Amino acid sequence: MKLDSKIPSGPIEKKWDNHRFEVKLVNPANKRKFRVIVVGSGLAGASAAATLSELGYVVDCFAFQDSPRRAHSIAAQGGINAAKNYQNDGDSIYRLFYDTVKGGDFRSREANVYRLAQVSVNIIDQCVAQGVPFAREYGGTLANRSFGGAQVSRTFYARGQTGQQLLLGAYSALEKQIAKGAVRMHSRHEMLELVTVDGHARGIVTRDLTNGKIEPWAADAVILATGGYSPVFFLSTNATGCNVTATWRAYKKGAAFANPCYTQIHPTCIPVQGDHQSKLTLMSESLRNDGRIWVPKKAGDTRPPNQIPPDERDYYLERKYPSFGNLSPRDISSRAAKQVCDEGRGVGPTGQGVYLDFADAIKRLGEGVVRDRYGNLFQMYEQITGENPYQVPMRIFPAPHYTMGGLWVDYNLMSTIPGLHVLGEANFSDHGANRLGASALMQGLADGYFVIPYTIGHYLASAKQPAVTTDHPEFKRATEAVTSKINRLLSVKGKRTITSFHRELGRLLWDKCGMARNEKGLKEALARIPELRNEFWENVSVTGENEELNQALERAGRVADFLEFGELLVQDALEREESCGGHFREEYQTEDGEAVRNDEKFAHVAAWEYQGPDKAPIRHKEELEFENVHLATRSYK
Amino acid sequence: MKLKLKVWRQKNGDTPGKMVDYIADDVSPDMSFLEMLDVVNEGLESKGDEPIAFDHDCREGICGMCSLVIDGQAHGPLGGVTACQLHMRSFKDGDEVTIEPFRAGAFPVIKDLVVNRGALDKIVAAGGYISVNTGGAPDGNAIPVSKTEADLSMDAAACIGCGACVAACPNASAMLFVGAQISKYKHLPQGRVERHTRARNMIAEMDAQGFGGCTNHRECEAVCPKEIPVRVIAEAYREYARASVGGKPVPAAKK
Repeated sequence: MKLDSKIPSGPIEKKWDNHRFEVKLVNPANKRKFRVIVVGSGLAGASAAATLSELGYVVDCFAFQDSPRRAHSIAAQGGINAAKNYQNDGDSIYRLFYDTVKGGDFRSREANVYRLAQVSVNIIDQCVAQGVPFAREYGGTLANRSFGGAQVSRTFYARGQTGQQLLLGAYSALEKQIAKGAVRMHSRHEMLELVTVDGHARGIVTRDLTNGKIEPWAADAVILATGGYSPVFFLSTNATGCNVTATWRAYKKGAAFANPCYTQIHPTCIPVQGDHQSKLTLMSESLRNDGRIWVPKKAGDTRPPNQIPPDERDYYLERKYPSFGNLSPRDISSRAAKQVCDEGRGVGPTGQGVYLDFADAIKRLGEGVVRDRYGNLFQMYEQITGENPYQVPMRIFPAPHYTMGGLWVDYNLMSTIPGLHVLGEANFSDHGANRLGASALMQGLADGYFVIPYTIGHYLASAKQPAVTTDHPEFKRATEAVTSKINRLLSVKGKRTITSFHRELGRLLWDKCGMARNEKGLKEALARIPELRNEFWENVSVTGENEELNQALERAGRVADFLEFGELLVQDALEREESCGGHFREEYQTEDGEAVRNDEKFAHVAAWEYQGPDKAPIRHKEELEFENVHLATRSYK
Repeated sequence: MKLKLKVWRQKNGDTPGKMVDYIADDVSPDMSFLEMLDVVNEGLESKGDEPIAFDHDCREGICGMCSLVIDGQAHGPLGGVTACQLHMRSFKDGDEVTIEPFRAGAFPVIKDLVVNRGALDKIVAAGGYISVNTGGAPDGNAIPVSKTEADLSMDAAACIGCGACVAACPNASAMLFVGAQISKYKHLPQGRVERHTRARNMIAEMDAQGFGGCTNHRECEAVCPKEIPVRVIAEAYREYARASVGGKPVPAAKK
């Protein structure tokens, strides 16, 4: 496998313009002759499906939820970055680019990040035109706030529901195209296999979740916009349905999987309350604009927070990182929280928590202003914990939230399988080893609205593949493979529940490959995962049958894939002998616990190539070149 | 605590369903309602019995997937939250709790507590959008929107499309949902260009999908987890009336 990133030549600010001129175009009258499959209807998928059909391509869009509007992008709270510089505070495309490369701990591809920063401004314009009700100033202009890892205010938002509003914008564009008959929408359909013909991605196989029908679909190109894999940890902030299945099946068909060990642990989530817990709830990072994070100075201090005087509190982020303070990037804030909890200074019943305190903000701004800014988040917190954050500080703890790793793509967002394009969180491209707040929405929409419409045309115009239908033997083979896997799951008829396997895998990965990792723990995980996987296939209980709505079967298929994928995640973490961004190896840190990168050996993307069921995958490297943002130790002090 | 559950079980749309009794043991007040159902389901699965099918995804009250009628109320006894955000501290030991799907002619049952709400998407496809294609949008600040109007728009846009309003309405009307879509655009200058077609086509589509009309019961407002006010219905009817008297005749959206 050869990794060709296809980065255009020329100075960084000209690369995308040059490339857009150089790519081949598809004549408007010919676009309708091409069919494109889009899997996923979140920000990346819905925006791509709508935009491609507006251009004239025939689009089939698939979602496992009952409506495209329910994709997990909807849960993003805080905002979306764009280099508009509306605040006149020194922002620019170059600064957003610089912040993102630095925030990603120098493990992303410069050219992609620069393009992301460039198109960020178009995203805001597009969303406003669609009627996204962004927050406004009294004069009618768009409002901004600041977010972690940045010293300018460039985040656009719609209360605490920015993801919802942006997704509803993309969804409305998609429904507009569905009404015209330009997009065929397939809700409650889960992709279970990718079909390749002569090495090109030519279709997928889906299961209709309402009746179990296994169906092949043929096309001229396939787009995966299927999100991230945080639920491999079982407990995460993701929706319970988020999964790795689509990208994992593509990996097993030859698409390289890049940097699976780059997982983002979000610093501000509601702490775990018990064994019954099915998910963790994020409290938007925007809360850190006004909330102050602290723990008691003394270990084992069990006094209620309001009885701990100010001089016995440790506002550790403000102390350690004075220039960014409570707005330090996510990886750094999460690790700092873990450190103070490891020192026995954590708060709450489990000791796995830190305070996020709004008392000063309420004193400074008044409760009304705080309610206006964060009312829905405070309400959500009270609902879950039974505590009123206007009166007592919130308790928060880090939780798996986002995955920077994903299928490897070139500058055109095409994977190592020709014709298979990967957008949004499902690809690896823009965030390096750590994503900055409010950048996920930006990337999903950039990929869908403004990148793929150009680059897929280039592929379609140059690939010149013969027409195929689902009668091709590859479709038959793929359909049979899906059916036999389903039958195998249903025929185990063991004693142990699907969830118990998922929970055990998740706990193992969280302990050994979570916020901090070391060689010994990773090797233990590598030994345990195959055992757990074998036990799954011998003893899992999957009830019901295929020919009906069967949620147990859906879960079983996803957990089976997590049990394979988890191993690759750990292996990638083991091979990367450095600490960078969300990947923190305990062996590689400074005396005061800061990450130590190894640029000489690891300034590259690790892209894994599948070799077969019982064979070790091959680790390929894409060397990263930093011509604009010079490699430096990341400091937020 | 220990609860007695009465749960609607229905194999599929063609088979009649019935209420079935279950016991939920060892329920902790910190559990969410859906986590309580998870525990019941894990118990069923470990005995080889089929778990209770119910829709859920984000479990933080925003995706709109969860759709349970709990003790006769869509999303349960608390105001302003979805079923997934309801916690067991709202119940007490020994309670008997009934759990049913969102019922409406336009929401056929697929299985147990899972219904098909595709009709809501069809209403959106009839006009719940601004007809702009990607590209060529003017600068975001070129369209000033007063904060008041933007806030009113956002109040309506907060709708999560769960369909609780339909389940609660004696007429199974979707007017709160439709009103929220229309109101969101009504308060934005970008949305006014297509106001007439939007109001007419969306309300016509609501009728075509088999939802009832609004007769001012306001049950929808009472159960809406996002507390969408009924003023959006009034606004939608005002838009509709305006389209009928002032608007030029417009063809229905092409299929």
